[in-house]
Amino acid sequence: MNVAALPPVDPRLRDPALWPRLAWASAALVLLWPLAVACEFRPWLLFEAENLRVTGRFLADFLPPALGAEFLWMVARETWRTVAIATAGITLALLIALPATLLTARVLSVSALSGRMARGPFLLRQALRWSLILLRSVPELVWALVFVRVVGLGPTAGVLAIALTYGGMLGKVYSEILDSGEPHATETLLRNGSGRLQAFFYGLLPQNAGELTSYTVYRWECAIRSSVVLGFVGAGGLGQQLDSSMKMFSGGEVATMLGVFVGLVALADRVSAALRRVLA
Amino acid sequence: MRDQPAANPPYKLPPPLFDARCRACWMVAGLLLLVLASFWSLDLQVAAFFSGESARSMGRFLAEFFPPDLSEPFLAKVGVATLETLAMSALGTLLAALAGLALALALPASRLHDGDRALARAPTRLLLNALRAIPELVWAALLLISAGLGPLAGTLALALHTTGVLGRLFAEAIENAPSGPGDALRAQGVGLLKVTAYATLPQVLPQLVSYSLYRWENNIRAAAVLGVVGAGGLGQLLAFHMGLFHMHKTATLLAAMLLLVALVDALSYASRRWLMR
Repeated sequence: MNVAALPPVDPRLRDPALWPRLAWASAALVLLWPLAVACEFRPWLLFEAENLRVTGRFLADFLPPALGAEFLWMVARETWRTVAIATAGITLALLIALPATLLTARVLSVSALSGRMARGPFLLRQALRWSLILLRSVPELVWALVFVRVVGLGPTAGVLAIALTYGGMLGKVYSEILDSGEPHATETLLRNGSGRLQAFFYGLLPQNAGELTSYTVYRWECAIRSSVVLGFVGAGGLGQQLDSSMKMFSGGEVATMLGVFVGLVALADRVSAALRRVLA
Repeated sequence: MRDQPAANPPYKLPPPLFDARCRACWMVAGLLLLVLASFWSLDLQVAAFFSGESARSMGRFLAEFFPPDLSEPFLAKVGVATLETLAMSALGTLLAALAGLALALALPASRLHDGDRALARAPTRLLLNALRAIPELVWAALLLISAGLGPLAGTLALALHTTGVLGRLFAEAIENAPSGPGDALRAQGVGLLKVTAYATLPQVLPQLVSYSLYRWENNIRAAAVLGVVGAGGLGQLLAFHMGLFHMHKTATLLAAMLLLVALVDALSYASRRWLMR
């Protein structure tokens, strides 16, 4: 295009930041290119005739959703199992998290009352803390994959996966909650010769119970969401049925189960909010 | 004599543990019932799991992991898969940020000013909630049907779920922004587009960027496991080698995954510390 043909721009209206903006935009494009190549980002594949036909058929199958009595009964049973896996998992996670919290909380250290913590307890605490972090950073899906190999398909793998991941998560956050509170009452109890458990029950727990409960309930809600996902690797529940229906391209069943799942998540959200309001 | 206070305050009994009028008590009882029913209905093989036989098989299983496969070609493959995971998460988050912004603004999920009737607000919020309620992994499994195996399905799945999350956060940030600058422009007769570009966006941009970065961090973790259903990245290699019982290779992949997650955690912790200072 001929530059001279453009009408002259009033210099007051010219964007002063024009060049930096152009430079940043082109730098972003240059950076994005390798990203798009690395994830084989070719969205036009979605609109190829063959793919469109398959997708169209699958989506058309969504309506009407499958509503047979037998199927609905199965969905209800699997939904309950999903909730049960999450609940049992969180309960076992508490068995890991509570002792770990008592052992790692800094406020419950007697030697830390007078200056620095002694070396032995310090090392014990660090070791436990790192193992909690390790438990937590392996995604629950990977735990489930491993446990499906060991205990076979079924809900046990899901429960154990949730127990380990959430055990690490709860343990770490509990001891952080306890450590970040006001230590005065606990310290006074410990200084006057009460045991650590007594100091915990009479000093720390009354102060932090609300926060601890509300975090636990929130995690229970998360566990329900993730127990659906765990079903995809064979750990039972709604996810497993969803996976097999998807593999059989039966859109009606998928539609029903997705609807039930969204409803379940919304319900868990409501229940957890109500529980947190009442218990905290 | 009667009016004189007692020398010692009267000893009060602690409240009873269960009281029919206390809602929290009923809720705790309900929770206990839920826990018992869960354990009862699941027929877990926990007892078998802690038995000697199972401990031995677990031990054998773990021993098979060692030594991890550290041969050069395999490590190169793991490196490529790690890069793929990172690329999936970055591109997915970027697409989601753009789509979330579009949904928060163009189909206003946000009430832009007091007189705004925001007719599209309720349906857009419903759409965002639906996108958010379905986890990435389920989106990926659904998208495999139209996008085929590979990272494209994973990227789009991350983008869809994150659009739901970010769209909602963005809409809330935009609604909570001070309305003064926008009102001033509107009073001069400036159009919606310019008000958005020169008054609303500059105010909320830092918040939007920080939400997006936070979601990117989550998405890296999610992208690492998305491949388990066949949607690319480290997870796909993991599911493949685990399915074929290549335990040494599985060990390397697990280590790579842990390393990636730990690295992301450490970086985010360090940058938070650095920014908070």
